[in-house]
Amino acid sequence: MSVRTLTIDDQPVSVEEGASVLDAAKAAGITIPTLCHMDGVYDTGACRLCLVEVEGIPKLLPACSTIAADGWVVRTQTERLQKYRRMTLELLFAERNHVCSACVANGHCELQTMAYSQGMDHVRYDYCYPKWGMDLSHPLFGMDHNRCILCARCVRTCWHIEGAGTKNLAGRGAGAHIITDMNEDWGDSATCTWCGKCVQSCPTGALFQIGATAGEMTREPARLADIITARRKKEWNV
Amino acid sequence: MERLKLATIWFGGCSGCHMSFLDVDEFLVDLIDKIDIVYSPIVDTKEYPEEVDLCLIEGAVCHEEHVEMAHHIRQRTKLVCSFGDCAVTSNVCGMRNALGKPEVPLEYAYVTLADTNKGIPDDPVIVPNLLEQAIPLHQVIPVDHYLPGCPPPAERIKALILHLLGLGDPLTGDQLKFG
Repeated sequence: MSVRTLTIDDQPVSVEEGASVLDAAKAAGITIPTLCHMDGVYDTGACRLCLVEVEGIPKLLPACSTIAADGWVVRTQTERLQKYRRMTLELLFAERNHVCSACVANGHCELQTMAYSQGMDHVRYDYCYPKWGMDLSHPLFGMDHNRCILCARCVRTCWHIEGAGTKNLAGRGAGAHIITDMNEDWGDSATCTWCGKCVQSCPTGALFQIGATAGEMTREPARLADIITARRKKEWNV
Repeated sequence: MERLKLATIWFGGCSGCHMSFLDVDEFLVDLIDKIDIVYSPIVDTKEYPEEVDLCLIEGAVCHEEHVEMAHHIRQRTKLVCSFGDCAVTSNVCGMRNALGKPEVPLEYAYVTLADTNKGIPDDPVIVPNLLEQAIPLHQVIPVDHYLPGCPPPAERIKALILHLLGLGDPLTGDQLKFG
């Protein structure tokens, strides 16, 4: 296995060939903000929060889905990146109806935590206030599209950890949304195994256990990564 | 030292932010020689005075009277602070926006769910007309400071006031948490 050596925020780091810039940053103890990344499933670069600068490359690159290359000089915390991260977060908040105070995930939400950790004290863009509904047809789990950021962690979890392929993305642009099977009610799904892994994977309050009220929804997405580690390496985190 | 002239007001809100303000407890006593509360629902002043130093505005901008008052306050105030999630994001007040025109929730509240006296109140002198959408304060007037939270905890309110008095740091980290 060959090694790639690069510099991240002035710190030299070596990683195995094929590792992402995000992996390399982690190895160097540098935190890059992420939302759509989840250990255990492949990366899609959907949320754009992990954008970094690489010397000699004019465009910004998503750290999660960019393979680290030899000799790269990467910066993760420049003023320009912080400006874009804040804009990205504000756009996520403006796009749907995120009402933290009334949300099941209040206090345990990755979007909410990301917002304050990046210094977002208000949203400069006009809110869209779109009309999205909820799917409460499943006996155990609910989906509130108002709180969805389209990270598709649930889709990747459902397809590649559980293997059921129930959750999917439909539509384009602002009309994109998570669907069940061929856009059916979740409760009518013939493929859903009721495992709840999608609920564990959700960074916001979009997927939740039926009956959870404001602030009650906690989750442990790291347990999903544990399943993959166990499956691939036969190592159990107990 | 001249005392800082503080005003507070609530627009579309539940007054919870003001309750949280009162939760600073004995800190209010410490403030007496530093702050003069010149206008607020908790003091008896009818007219918004001139040359206010700081105004904490709770609540979303929901109807015409709020818009008028916001501009009035802006003209007479050095620093305006969006006080709590409704002022900062429109929060619960803004949940009606996705339902369509304001008549939709009004119809539901005053006709569909009403047991007696069914009918939407429509006297503009008594009940101001609702805006098409309940919106954050900074979409109506320039805002200098933001104090998120539903409600902002007393400690956070205290931290902002101390900062504005030049006695503390600006809000950072989870002091900016919504909800």
